[in-house]
Amino acid sequence: MSFFFEVLVGGLLAGVMYSLVAIGFVLIYKASGVFNFAQGSMVLFSALTFVSLLERSYPFWLAFVLTLLIMLVLAWAIERWVLRKLVNRSPITLFMATLGLSYIIEGLAQSLWGAQVHGLDLGINDEPFEVLGLLLSQFDLFASAVAGSLVIILSLFFNKTRTGIALRAVADDPLAALAVGINLQRLWLIVWGVAGFVGLVAGLLWGARLGVQFSLSLVVLKALPVLIIGGFTSITGCIVGGLIIGASEKLAEIFIGPYLGGGIENWFPYVLAMLFLLVRPAGLFGERQIERV
Amino acid sequence: MLYREAGQFITHYRADQRLFRLRQDRIGFYLLLASAFVLVPNCGNDYWFSAILIPFLVLSLAGMGLNFLTGYAGQLSLGSAAFMAVGAFSAYNFNLRVEGLPFLLSILLGGVVAGLTGVIFGLPSLKIKGFYVLVSTLAAQFFVQWVFTNFAWFSNDSSSGVITAPPLDVFGLDLSSPAGRYLLTLTIVTALGLLAANIVRSELGRNWMAVRDMDTAAAVIGIAIPKTKLLAFAISSFYLGIAGSLWAFTYLGTVEPHGFDINRSFQILFIIIIGGMGSILGNFLGAAFIVLFPVLMSHIANGLLVGVIDSGHLENFQKIVFGMLIIGFLIKEPNGLASIWRTFTQQLRVWPLRY
Repeated sequence: MSFFFEVLVGGLLAGVMYSLVAIGFVLIYKASGVFNFAQGSMVLFSALTFVSLLERSYPFWLAFVLTLLIMLVLAWAIERWVLRKLVNRSPITLFMATLGLSYIIEGLAQSLWGAQVHGLDLGINDEPFEVLGLLLSQFDLFASAVAGSLVIILSLFFNKTRTGIALRAVADDPLAALAVGINLQRLWLIVWGVAGFVGLVAGLLWGARLGVQFSLSLVVLKALPVLIIGGFTSITGCIVGGLIIGASEKLAEIFIGPYLGGGIENWFPYVLAMLFLLVRPAGLFGERQIERV
Repeated sequence: MLYREAGQFITHYRADQRLFRLRQDRIGFYLLLASAFVLVPNCGNDYWFSAILIPFLVLSLAGMGLNFLTGYAGQLSLGSAAFMAVGAFSAYNFNLRVEGLPFLLSILLGGVVAGLTGVIFGLPSLKIKGFYVLVSTLAAQFFVQWVFTNFAWFSNDSSSGVITAPPLDVFGLDLSSPAGRYLLTLTIVTALGLLAANIVRSELGRNWMAVRDMDTAAAVIGIAIPKTKLLAFAISSFYLGIAGSLWAFTYLGTVEPHGFDINRSFQILFIIIIGGMGSILGNFLGAAFIVLFPVLMSHIANGLLVGVIDSGHLENFQKIVFGMLIIGFLIKEPNGLASIWRTFTQQLRVWPLRY
């Protein structure tokens, strides 16, 4: 039984890592209705930039600030040359534009910093230790603490600051928001910048776990079922969805996998998300859309 | 001057419903077919057949498959390669396990199996909409790849799931030469292309477009949404399945499940974005672009930038240019190359006058 709980807790903690990527999606989807496929490549780009700066012997904090600035410039460029030109187009068009964007960012990241795998050491001991008879990874606990504080910061930001309230207004009704004088372009810039920041945090944690390499951009695909289960518009949903996906994927791999020949981790989250959709078409915390003709 | 409808009077409904109503279009189409079937096999070389023309035709067919689903019925999909894989592997198994099954029939059966798989993964689309459908197609993508990698039965216990093309025998003709494979692919693609052009003009095609534009409104005017959506998945996957068989057997010869990974799905999506969503001609233009663009880029790099740029950089550079092209198309020409062609023919009609 303790083995079961160990797998469960390990899965839950791994799920938090998925949530981190998913939060970046939700931020952008909430504010601009764009399903940003390029979030994964933003994770890759930020982690690669950060590591390369570290390797050029910049101190940790300076590398972090510089990377953040670069992500802001990237957000500005995206707003200026992509989003602004595609205002009022269908969501599918915007989605495909972000697909193109992910190609550009991936190509850019690799031609700037090279394609080799970089190690990243955040100075956190990854030795497992024992709590209540369960083996836990210190790194995973750190990741969950980071994710938890991110959620708290972001919800404070959305609920208490002027900008946050403006963002919620835009998400609610862009036209009405424009009518009361909210500057849409500035808000998009902010939200893409914040998503870049979340991407950087996710990139650092994932990079420390897997090494900074091209496959980081593929975590975007794992974040999709998390979004589906949590709903596209809820940050809380991200965390809950991440926990569900992380736990069920590990449990399925360990307890069902052997009967099916193993490797079911790759598709299990999607099938789970599909089954979820049949019961709750808008996810756990998503907003139900009412359609009018 | 030459290209206009003056003097061509339509007096029958049948004439009104033809694919090409303009006589000049018809003549052009027949000339194109004649040169593709007669001229090209006689003067093309093996490099052109194997590296350019066959992948171009197969990808056009795959683009048609995805275009039914995404361009006409409005269901986003990232699982195209999975249905290609299902087509290829089923055709291989039909050919292997049923004694004396003709090659063409096994390809057809492979397409049917792919179509049925498409219906299964299309079922969630009845309850969910928009981006949520993506997950169902991604589930198809990863699940199918896992099945073909993990269960060696599907590839007749070969190592790492590789399947090899059966002998390309059609009605007693041996078509295994590059020109023969080209002709086989061309025949299948032409037949299915004509079928596709007629499907999208039929009631079904119009229903698809109604569902794409607004499914609630389509339901209100009495279109059976479940049937329409599932048929879109079925026919789309059928086309993709046939394209998968051709990709495996006439283009590559041997293929492993990894050859149908998610990057192939992206490639097919790019074909329809660049070529034009909701256009049959667009698939051919988009596929030509996708096949020729890397060739062109490497030629430019070899000609102008010798030694300056290595192959790794070239690949990254290609990616960047590609992404920019996609965004550029979405901004400037959302209906793709097909719409540029339409504008061009419109202007040709009135040339040399302005309107």
